[in-house]
Amino acid sequence: MELGYLFSTILKMAALIAWIYGLMWGLKHKLLWQKALTVILAFAVIQAAFLIQFGDFALFSAFDQGLLFQAVSMAMVALGLNLIYGFNGQFSLAQWSFYGIGAYCAADITYRWTNGDPSGLLVVGIGVILAAVALAGVGRLLRLKRGIPVLSAFTFYLVALVAAGLVAVVAGRAIAPALVPLFGTSAAPGVLGSAFVRQIVFFLSVLIAGAFAAEVSFMFGLPVLTLGSDYFGIATLGFAIVVQTLMVNSDTILPFPEMKGGRGMIGIPKMTSWVAAFIFLLVVVTIVRNFVRSSTGRAAMSVREDETAAKAMGIDIAGSKLLVFVVGSFVAGIGGGVYAHYIGFLSPATFSFLAGFNPLIIVVFGGLGSMTGSIAASFVWIFFLEGFLRVLLSQLGTDAPTWRFVLYPITLLLLMLIRPQGLLGSVEWGFLKPDAIIRRLKGGGPAAVDQKERA
Amino acid sequence: MPDKSNLPAAAVTIPRKNRYPLAWVGNGFLIILAVLAAYILVSNLIRNPIVFLQNILDGLKLGFVYALIALGYTMVYGIVKLINFAHGDIFMVGAFTSFFAVSQFNLHKWPQMLMPGFPAGLSVVIGSLTVILLSMLVCILLAVTIERVAYKPLRDAPRIAALITAIGVSFFLEFFGALQFVFSPRFIPYKSPFDTTAWYIQSGIHPIISGQASPDNTISFSNIFLIILVASVLVQIFLQFLVRRTKIGIAMRATSFDKPTARLMGINVDRVISFTFAIGSGFAGLGGVLYAIAYASIWTQLGILPGLKAFVAAVLGGIGSLPGAFVGALIMGQAESLTMSYISTPMRDAVAFTILIIVLLVKPTGIFGEPAGEKA
Repeated sequence: MELGYLFSTILKMAALIAWIYGLMWGLKHKLLWQKALTVILAFAVIQAAFLIQFGDFALFSAFDQGLLFQAVSMAMVALGLNLIYGFNGQFSLAQWSFYGIGAYCAADITYRWTNGDPSGLLVVGIGVILAAVALAGVGRLLRLKRGIPVLSAFTFYLVALVAAGLVAVVAGRAIAPALVPLFGTSAAPGVLGSAFVRQIVFFLSVLIAGAFAAEVSFMFGLPVLTLGSDYFGIATLGFAIVVQTLMVNSDTILPFPEMKGGRGMIGIPKMTSWVAAFIFLLVVVTIVRNFVRSSTGRAAMSVREDETAAKAMGIDIAGSKLLVFVVGSFVAGIGGGVYAHYIGFLSPATFSFLAGFNPLIIVVFGGLGSMTGSIAASFVWIFFLEGFLRVLLSQLGTDAPTWRFVLYPITLLLLMLIRPQGLLGSVEWGFLKPDAIIRRLKGGGPAAVDQKERA
Repeated sequence: MPDKSNLPAAAVTIPRKNRYPLAWVGNGFLIILAVLAAYILVSNLIRNPIVFLQNILDGLKLGFVYALIALGYTMVYGIVKLINFAHGDIFMVGAFTSFFAVSQFNLHKWPQMLMPGFPAGLSVVIGSLTVILLSMLVCILLAVTIERVAYKPLRDAPRIAALITAIGVSFFLEFFGALQFVFSPRFIPYKSPFDTTAWYIQSGIHPIISGQASPDNTISFSNIFLIILVASVLVQIFLQFLVRRTKIGIAMRATSFDKPTARLMGINVDRVISFTFAIGSGFAGLGGVLYAIAYASIWTQLGILPGLKAFVAAVLGGIGSLPGAFVGALIMGQAESLTMSYISTPMRDAVAFTILIIVLLVKPTGIFGEPAGEKA
């Protein structure tokens, strides 16, 4: 039975990699209907795989489906980290915390909403929008003068952010009571309590969570990114520890009794369907891919290669690092939102800084600067770690979970010694390949290429 | 030095005021923070000076242990520019070695067991020293092995590869130690090689009878505090001597300054690096034993947070500088102890890292750090 299970896990991992390859291959086609067809086919393939069952044997059992959701959210986190670390060269250990921040933020919004309290969505939603406006405004003003010290800039941003937050809290609390009657009772749900609105709130909450994580990362990254790479790494490690402490004390230090501190937040509506997860994954992959292939992304890569040379080319190094950090955290926040609504339970232990090394290891395994590598490695990693090793090591008794953590540093060490650039190096597949865009640019823009192909 | 009078007028340095516009905002923010911290401290000092002094003493105890670990961090970083994450775990191994030496082999009583007539007091001193030396030796061997196996092959690889390797080694030590047949994943009550006695100060020094609390409004301290203090200061002096006066110390400084040139001068760079790892880890082992005696409970992830704090202390004081590590560690100890007492216990790490970030923003090289030269 064990051997059969292991064999089928390997088969599943291979099938998933083939699926990713097919998806990327299909998406690289120019025409919109080709892309749409690819997306629908890719979605249908997985859905069909979910349905295949012969008696006891299920191709994707409920356990495997759960792993798939985890892999999708992990892929988002890893993509964000690859952006920060692989493409911009900033060694960050805080990615996992932004994932946690996103998870808690999204979970709190929908938790309150399902319990007939719109204040979560209102306060955080208004707050995120106001904060974005405030940060952009302050940034605009600060750009009028050159050479403002980072600490002063930070102070201005902080004041603006606190003001925006206060306004959001006051406004949200003021509006919320007006909306409460629209929820209706559990027997007769009103407009806002209906399943459709709840789905919309779920999507909104995930996006807001991403934006929230992005704003937090902006405030953290602004002073810390100027410290230099090693110090930045240590500061992010500190940030991870502090965030976990805050999560453990979310009901005492922070005013969120529903998060229940170290006991873990329960009762989060499980709203992540495969459709939602798939859509968010595609959105994230597209964001990251387009970002990396834009001129801003190329500037970020030049910062990784040589800061002095990049500066000489007129690239704003600090701005580039900050932008990449914010985009990476945004992506992580979205991943957190998806994860929270799949699992339905959040515990601070999940977001400990030791677990924060997981995405780092995935990115390193997949190859620094390879988006394909990050996605593929996330799927393989989750299935390997949870499916494969758990079964294999369960023979060892109580030490099994520990053995997992003994084996993967060894694999990591071997990988670093033998192939420091990661398993896939900088290989990209189909949609993510850079030359797809370069070809398009040479052909004179997308319209010209499309016409050529039609002719 | 070029003659300044020949330069055109435009090259004359811009006045400081115009170079950093609005700098007062950031400085004002810092001053507000500092005033707030000073207010909290002074108001508590006035309210109850004796408790405040007790907190300072507790902070010193923590700070001196951090200093022992930070020395290793700062030396290793100064020479190979590597954050040796495994250093904290070597500290943990030191604590466990002494635990097994004491509880399994009764090594702390060997003079009395071999020679029944041996005086008890001297036996405890010699036995405890043996235990500490054994722990240091084990730590040194472990560190040199790690350096040879994991770090040396990556010396010319990108620095990030070495950093990830260090994280991997750290994980390996933690979780290999957590296996049932190694150290087990539980918290283990530590068996001290000697009895801790405490005293309190109230118009003279009186011993605290074990099992009883010290009277109210007195400052208490224990022999382990004194030992930590003395050990930490002695190690600091020893290392200063080693680095400034001996041949290997000169070689260490040369290696940290410029590796290829040091090699050209006939210095065996690999040996110097191994030696640095060995020295730092030896004192981390000493710190581990003292920490375990002082806090009386050990487990396999014991080293993570002290290690991290010690690294922060080393950065705070100026990485690569021995007195800097010492001062930084004392600051970290005070910050932790005072935050726990007067602000919020869970937020002690937040305060520690905030101090680090502020110091680095104001003085990027740390308190005692020398400005980094333009090196390749």
